[in-house]
Amino acid sequence: MEKYLTGVLNWVDERFPLTANWKAHLSEYYAPKNFNFWYYFGSLALLVLVIQIVTGIFLTMNYKPDANLAFASVEYIMRDVSWGWLIRYMHSTGASMFFVVVYLHMFRGLLYGSHRNPRELIWLFGVAIFLCLMGEAFFGYLLPWGQMSFWGAQVIVNLFTSIPFIGPDVSLWLRGDFTISDATLNRFFAFHVIALPLVLLGLVAAHIIALHEVGSNNPDGIEIKKHKDPKTGIPLDGIPFHPYYTVKDIVGVVVFLVVFSAIVFFGPEMSGYFLEANNFIPADPMKTPPHIAPVWYFTPYYSILRAVPPMFGSQFPGVVAMGSSVVVFALLPWLDRSPVKSIRYRGSKYKAWLAAFVVSFLVLGYLGTEVTTVWGTFGQGVPVVGGVDRATVAARVFTLVYFLFFALMPFYTRSDKTKPVPERVTG
Amino acid sequence: MKKLILLLALLVSGAALANEGAHLDKAPIDPTNQASLQRGVKLFANYCLGCHSAAYMRYNRLRDIGLTDEQIKENLIFTGAKVGDTMQSAMNPEESKKWFGVTPPDLSVIARSRTPDWLYTYLRSFYRDASRPSGWNNTVFPNVGMPHALWQLQGEQELKTADVVDSQENKTEVHTLVLAKKGTLSPLEYDAAVADLVNYLAYMAEPAKAQRLQLGWFVLLYLGLFFLVALRLKKEFWKDVH
Repeated sequence: MEKYLTGVLNWVDERFPLTANWKAHLSEYYAPKNFNFWYYFGSLALLVLVIQIVTGIFLTMNYKPDANLAFASVEYIMRDVSWGWLIRYMHSTGASMFFVVVYLHMFRGLLYGSHRNPRELIWLFGVAIFLCLMGEAFFGYLLPWGQMSFWGAQVIVNLFTSIPFIGPDVSLWLRGDFTISDATLNRFFAFHVIALPLVLLGLVAAHIIALHEVGSNNPDGIEIKKHKDPKTGIPLDGIPFHPYYTVKDIVGVVVFLVVFSAIVFFGPEMSGYFLEANNFIPADPMKTPPHIAPVWYFTPYYSILRAVPPMFGSQFPGVVAMGSSVVVFALLPWLDRSPVKSIRYRGSKYKAWLAAFVVSFLVLGYLGTEVTTVWGTFGQGVPVVGGVDRATVAARVFTLVYFLFFALMPFYTRSDKTKPVPERVTG
Repeated sequence: MKKLILLLALLVSGAALANEGAHLDKAPIDPTNQASLQRGVKLFANYCLGCHSAAYMRYNRLRDIGLTDEQIKENLIFTGAKVGDTMQSAMNPEESKKWFGVTPPDLSVIARSRTPDWLYTYLRSFYRDASRPSGWNNTVFPNVGMPHALWQLQGEQELKTADVVDSQENKTEVHTLVLAKKGTLSPLEYDAAVADLVNYLAYMAEPAKAQRLQLGWFVLLYLGLFFLVALRLKKEFWKDVH
């Protein structure tokens, strides 16, 4: 029997590098042995991607991308399709969890310098994946054709109107109509189910190929390839990804699935953060909801948009600020001038700035879910900010901190007092 | 001109949606109480379905709450619909728009967009208002187009406005609803009936919810066991990593 199987494998290997690929990416891909908690989120992002694709395929079988049928077809899935409710909740929860996992994955990069030389391209592919994911989320959110779907898309597409000269034509081109309509729904459906997923899969492949070319970073931010066994050429601090990290990642997967299932089965709306109450009202172009807020994963950028005041009667500066707040991540590998990569050996300046950035991101995220009057208004007697909403002032301050984290990075990382870096990983 | 009136009506209803200040009572509902759900669907079929549809809900789905197809056909279907059909109102949407200024919304998922607490408070907050075309108004949904469909059960409430003066001499207007004309049910019975109805609306908004909650525990139990196995496996493999 074994002889027979080996024969089949040899037959395949002579025609396709199956064993070679298995070795290169799994059984002989040497990863640092000191991965910690933060290193689970890469494989978890892959897991969520698979969940989204598989549940998405099944949703497509019953969903109708038609302005007259879309809302009803979602309820049809929830009621009449066998296990449709489970598939739909997995997909809607998966969308939010994708962002949770990706944000933690990106934060890991900031902690241990995963974006630094020689991993700049991995990081750039990652930023492209993140942009793609935002597009996926935005296009997908229109599909249930509820009030929030409709008006959220309306607000976002209208942002493009503020681009000088070509703005109105650009937004018309995006919508395919003068208002969000059936034509918009159809093209968003096409983008959501085929165009962006194709790009996303390509980028994920590129992300992993680039990673396996240079090797994984680790919590010490040092290169394990510098110390190899002279006989075998294997990094002394490296262990084969399979079976060591496959069995370890299974533990991470199970813990993740506990959280994921708890949401899917016991609170898929997540108190309105994952599924908004207003989105159970069919889209009505004649009725604007009193409060339009994006889903939580977009709210930090939405806060930045609202924080920047209109200039010369145009919202464009705010739109530019919002766009920059996302794209600026791509510059990180070149903004960071520290001689060390990991936070373990960095000085207090970087730690303080990173903490300030995280706080800004969270506060901006919270403020983006609320109306600007949530914290009341400064009294008329207060200098400078008298009569202005407190939340708007806070959003402006934190927007400034958000951008200063990036803008000042070359200076505070260079002058920061670092600790000596060990030769070998410390566990 | 008609368009202008429609626009104004929409603006008013938009403003009403923004009225989140109204205090909401907690709806005393229990999705596991089948008797309550059955009383609720009876109220729903008799008092709501005349004007509102529940176009995503099939009659025979009510087997969930312990009814047989025969019971459904005999007691709940008044329109000649088949038991496998969805709950469609007999009213023509065009005409209802003329009568009420707005087509009565579909109620399939109303408990998810409005919340059960809102519905429970709303259905108990109608009062007589001669200035309204329907003769009714509502403290939770001011100037609502809908008349009080359950008035025979509840009776007629009136809105009393009184000024309350606190220790700092600040005057605040306090509105209270007072039952002016008795209905066929006592206030307590009426509250219980509305709770049954809201219980049903909450069930109808997501019929799979009971199954979802039940299945969730098995999934978590399975994952808990899987976690122990996965952890043992990891420890076994990692024994030789130092």
